[in-house]
Amino acid sequence: MRRATKTAIGLVLTAVMLFPVYWMINVSFTRDQDMRADPPHLFPVDGTLEGYRAVLDQQLPYLGTSLLVGLGTVALTVALAAPAGYALAKLRPAGGGALSFVLLIAQMIPGIIMAMGFYAIYLNIGVLNSIPGLILADSTIAVPFGVLIFTAFMSGIPEELMQAAVVDGAGRLRTFWSVVLPVSRNSIVTVSLFAFLWAWSDFIFASTLDGGGDHRPITLGIYQYIGNNNQQWNAIMATAVVASIPATILLIIAQRYVAAGVTAGAIKD
Amino acid sequence: MGWAFLAPVTLYLLAFYAYPLYRNIELSLREYTVRSFVQGGAPFAGLDNYRKILSDPTFAPALLHTVVFTVASLAFQFSIGMALAVFFYQHFPLSRTLRALFLVPWLLPLIVSASTWSWMLNSDAGVVNAALGAVGVGPVNWLTSPDWSLVSVIIANVWIGIPFNLVVLYSGLQAIPATLYEAASLDGATGWQRFWRVTFPLLRPVSAITLLLGLIYTLKVFDIIWIMTRGGPTDSSTTFATWSYRLGFGNLLPAFGPGAAVGNLLIVLALIFGLIYIRIQRRQQL
Repeated sequence: MRRATKTAIGLVLTAVMLFPVYWMINVSFTRDQDMRADPPHLFPVDGTLEGYRAVLDQQLPYLGTSLLVGLGTVALTVALAAPAGYALAKLRPAGGGALSFVLLIAQMIPGIIMAMGFYAIYLNIGVLNSIPGLILADSTIAVPFGVLIFTAFMSGIPEELMQAAVVDGAGRLRTFWSVVLPVSRNSIVTVSLFAFLWAWSDFIFASTLDGGGDHRPITLGIYQYIGNNNQQWNAIMATAVVASIPATILLIIAQRYVAAGVTAGAIKD
Repeated sequence: MGWAFLAPVTLYLLAFYAYPLYRNIELSLREYTVRSFVQGGAPFAGLDNYRKILSDPTFAPALLHTVVFTVASLAFQFSIGMALAVFFYQHFPLSRTLRALFLVPWLLPLIVSASTWSWMLNSDAGVVNAALGAVGVGPVNWLTSPDWSLVSVIIANVWIGIPFNLVVLYSGLQAIPATLYEAASLDGATGWQRFWRVTFPLLRPVSAITLLLGLIYTLKVFDIIWIMTRGGPTDSSTTFATWSYRLGFGNLLPAFGPGAAVGNLLIVLALIFGLIYIRIQRRQQL
């Protein structure tokens, strides 16, 4: 096959795969009266910005909450996982293998089970419908993954580098802070990226632990919008477009970390 | 010294994994209502909740749907992901960029994908039925007919799962030495033969891991089904994950005990497959 033919086939495959994404954008610009047109308009001719106006009017607080929850989850995940990865990769304490095993198992626990357990606990201690409560719950998706990624990455740091730090009189903590963390920048980016995306898109914890408060994340914003208002699909899809922006930006600036994260998480454990 | 660095994560695992799991098991063994949650004093019910769900008319369909949803999703995600990985492994202009674009469905929040598919599959105004109409096929009630609701959520889930399979299998392809392909070409192997005799056997370890991880993830899938169909109409797309959620949170009168019991059955399923995964992975590292 000629290279140009392959590119053409590749373009067609990508277009088919991304059609739903295009359709979401198209519908977000479609006027209410054109929404049920038969056949549907393939392009937003006579487009409208009404949907986006509705987002700005109604969904901004939800977006703000999601941003806070996402950043909080990233901070908590990296703070917990990076030292653990360092210990498992370089200090190899007794029982470290068992801990890695527990982390692997932890990733397999279905979200609904965690959600019920958290609900029972949160109800008793009164942190339902709170941002810190949601950050804690969301971090359970990313922490085991983060430890495993950090362990895999930090195992690759040359011993000479660590020994040089010891010779210079640095203790374990200082070695970790001034040597290990700076050279682990790529893995920090990878873990932060996934922690943020998972927290940003979390629906199950949001709907069980944060369904009633004043600070609800954007996933619930969209969900409740569909429930209350299943006619205004341009506004629903405009919210969906806006909610997808972080994923798109992160993909553009960090695509190699995305692929690295998927494969490292899947294969090298 | 090492444990000083592990202490935070260990405490975290105890407080935010072990304890919620313990509470969940406790929930499944007690007769909980919202009132007993607040005031305490839920009577111990032993295995009553488990007996209740096993004899529930939803049990058999939920089990069947969980199996069908998982097997069908995996089969399509994996075969399409494999075909795409092999295709994009060739060198042609734009191949890298296009492959990166394939990641988009996987990175989108599930609520976004699920609501987009809901609207695309809408019976009256959806673009899918419009396209079918253009080739002379009558409208399908994707989300509102019990015959199609499970198919609809499988389609959406396959779409979301393709990128993961593509990326992992692609990285597996990169590990196959190019000399093997050269040797096969010298022996006069056709493209198909190269795939079945070289690529496929050498990808077997990566394929096993991809499938097992996919299996564990697919068993847990909740968002897509709940947002698109809520498990309906009349349980026709209910799986263990959505059933558990509906029992616990989907009604005005929550049934936490039975909901937790269904969740615990799901975790047993996931753990069985998880242990298989770990066994396979251990064997490969030897």
